[in-house]
Amino acid sequence: MTLEFILGHLNYWLFIILMMTGFYIVVSRGNYVKKIVGLNIFQVSVFMFYISIGKVQGGTAPIFPVDLNIDPNVVYSNPLPHVLILTAIVVGVATTALGLALVVRIREEYGSIEEDDILEIEQHIQAEENSEHGSAMGGRA
Amino acid sequence: MATPASSAVLTFTEHLPLLAVAVPLLTAPFCVLFGNRNIAWLLAGLASIASCLFSLHLLLQVIDGDIISYHLGGWAPPLGIEYRIDAANAFVLFLISGISSIVIPYARRSIAHEIRLASQTLFYCCYLLCFAGLLGVVATGDAFNVFVFLEISSLSTYVLIAMGAERDKRALTAAYDYLIMGTIGATFFVIGIGFLYMATGTLNMADMAVRIADLEGNRTVQAGFAFVVVGMGLKAAIYPMHLWLPRAYTFAPSVVTVFLAATATKAAIYVLMRFMFSVYQPSFMFETHTLTWIIIPLAVLAMFAASLIAVFQQDLKRLLAYSSVAQVGYMILGIGLLNVTGLTASIIHLFNHGITKGALFMVTGAFVMRKGSSFCDNLAGLGKQMPITSGAFVISGLSLIGVPGTAGFISKWLLVTSALEKGWWWMAILIVGSSLLAIIYVWKIVEILYFKEAPEGNTAKEVPYSMLIPMWVLASVCIISGIDTDLTYAAAKAAADGLLGAGVVR
Amino acid sequence: MRHHLILRVITKLIVPPILLFALYVQFHGDYSPGGGFQAGVIFAAALILFGIVFGLRKVKRVLPPWLVIRLAAFGVLLYGGTGVVSLFVGKAFLDYSALAAYPKDGQHYGIIAVELGVGIAVATVMVAIYYAFASRPPRINDEDW
Repeated sequence: MTLEFILGHLNYWLFIILMMTGFYIVVSRGNYVKKIVGLNIFQVSVFMFYISIGKVQGGTAPIFPVDLNIDPNVVYSNPLPHVLILTAIVVGVATTALGLALVVRIREEYGSIEEDDILEIEQHIQAEENSEHGSAMGGRA
Repeated sequence: MATPASSAVLTFTEHLPLLAVAVPLLTAPFCVLFGNRNIAWLLAGLASIASCLFSLHLLLQVIDGDIISYHLGGWAPPLGIEYRIDAANAFVLFLISGISSIVIPYARRSIAHEIRLASQTLFYCCYLLCFAGLLGVVATGDAFNVFVFLEISSLSTYVLIAMGAERDKRALTAAYDYLIMGTIGATFFVIGIGFLYMATGTLNMADMAVRIADLEGNRTVQAGFAFVVVGMGLKAAIYPMHLWLPRAYTFAPSVVTVFLAATATKAAIYVLMRFMFSVYQPSFMFETHTLTWIIIPLAVLAMFAASLIAVFQQDLKRLLAYSSVAQVGYMILGIGLLNVTGLTASIIHLFNHGITKGALFMVTGAFVMRKGSSFCDNLAGLGKQMPITSGAFVISGLSLIGVPGTAGFISKWLLVTSALEKGWWWMAILIVGSSLLAIIYVWKIVEILYFKEAPEGNTAKEVPYSMLIPMWVLASVCIISGIDTDLTYAAAKAAADGLLGAGVVR
Repeated sequence: MRHHLILRVITKLIVPPILLFALYVQFHGDYSPGGGFQAGVIFAAALILFGIVFGLRKVKRVLPPWLVIRLAAFGVLLYGGTGVVSLFVGKAFLDYSALAAYPKDGQHYGIIAVELGVGIAVATVMVAIYYAFASRPPRINDEDW
């Protein structure tokens, strides 16, 4: 692995770092809003990955000149990944909005957005259910 | 700017691949525009039935191994987006739209009971979006389009699950967990597609298959495979990635559980099959190893571990949810066996499990409606008080176990045959052994329904006919497709042949 | 917000240009970078800015919530409807060539209609998201910060 290889793939290294950072936040944080932040970083890393795929060395923006005279010598970047990522961004916005809406509702119902508190409340509900319905089964109460 | 190539006039039947998806997708905004829950319900029903008829027509067209290709916007593939219908996806399309046509009549009363009036219109809108998304995932031949439709269906699924919060606030955290895991899964899938696009320069799945054929040793292609399998595995709830499923199914409104259990994981498994067999070649060493050393052990683990957990559940809905995880194990086992019989078993189990679980969750929904919850001790003596509903439970329960004469038997029989074809007699024993666990948990419920006395002064009426009839339609399909296997077997066989035989475009 | 004089004056000054710029991005989108998605977001940004500074009640007078949701549905239908029109002429879904005598003109009209649909849908969905979050009763009073 030469220095040139490492520097030449800088975008991809950053993509991996960003992706793992986001992923780590989602997994390790107990705060529901922070999890969504992590999820966002995770998704944004993918945007970066796609944009890197589409870049052609020395390529310019793929826009037709106003007079529609296309110079055959001009190199264009690949516009397709940009279009795909536009779609993925919309999906990301929708996911974030929905996730935050759920967090708001969770806060209203549970009074907390910390995973630990919520788990405790849910275990409490579960224990009540078990003692109410478990006896008939002779099972775990 | 080049003009689109096709100039011939298309007839109505040629539009069917599109219409099957577009009709529910475009009906959803109409539900919002009218803003009336009865009209929304009617529209949802009509769209489902239309889509079901379209997919049945498609299935009959492609059952002999033909492929229908529809070019969106008239742009020819591989540049344009293509809807590509062969036996495999026509069969899954038929399953999804058929289930939806049966669920919608059931939904009206159950929804009226479980969701407040103001949200009901939006419920049908979300339902249609989820339905259209699943159809789109299955119908499309473009890898990125799969992601787009997957997210349409997933996002509406999260909303549908969260609507269960009016009965139990845990629906919210269930939906949140599913949102986190589902998004991670979908994002992994996009990364996988990105790798594939890097290696092949195309997004059309058929074109990808051609270009990938001699790229077996390419590490980009291999990494893409890993990402796609993990991403879709999360959506399909393959055993260690199933954590979102039991909670989501337990706390969602009954109708949502019926629909999701019967269709959502099936669509994800279809995508897995499509990528494993159509895009990637099963002859690739890394794929063969993945299937043999990772997928099969996970499948066996799912069959036993999830069934065992199911045995100890107190809540019928949660019990059935864990049983779903176990059944996913059978489906991916069929994929992992890597022969035509195994894949046929897998595809036919998609269908059979869809109708069986649909019927079982419908029965559960009826219990929830009358008793307020589906805890086992609430069900005591219901066999006498709600005989029609309980009868449907027994029949579909038998199908879940795989008793001869029911749908479940056919798929398990094929699975065992396929294992024996490979000479894996121990696998055949494992399959039968895990079915014994299914007997335990189904019998546990049957015993409570029929042999326990109802508590004093505890009575329950039958649910309305609009719920009983759909339930019995599904239950009788369990029997019919267990006895007369012509359509299902022919379709599954054609699908398996298509997937395994001709991964590359004909 | 009664005493933030500068904020209120500046907002009043810049909301119209933002709206105008959104329309420019919308209708110039078929020739230059831009289009319905960007335009919709810019348009919604103007409304949301207005809402933040002058209060939710005043934006809701301009764009009541029931209208927002229906406009969003209408935008999607405009997009889908454009595609459906080509079905009736025997072309594939979203084949805009069917919309005019010459395919090139058809493509042009088609993309304008579709982008308009996207623009309406995106703008109203953004506003709807803002309404949904802002309408919730606050847990902390403004004075307690």
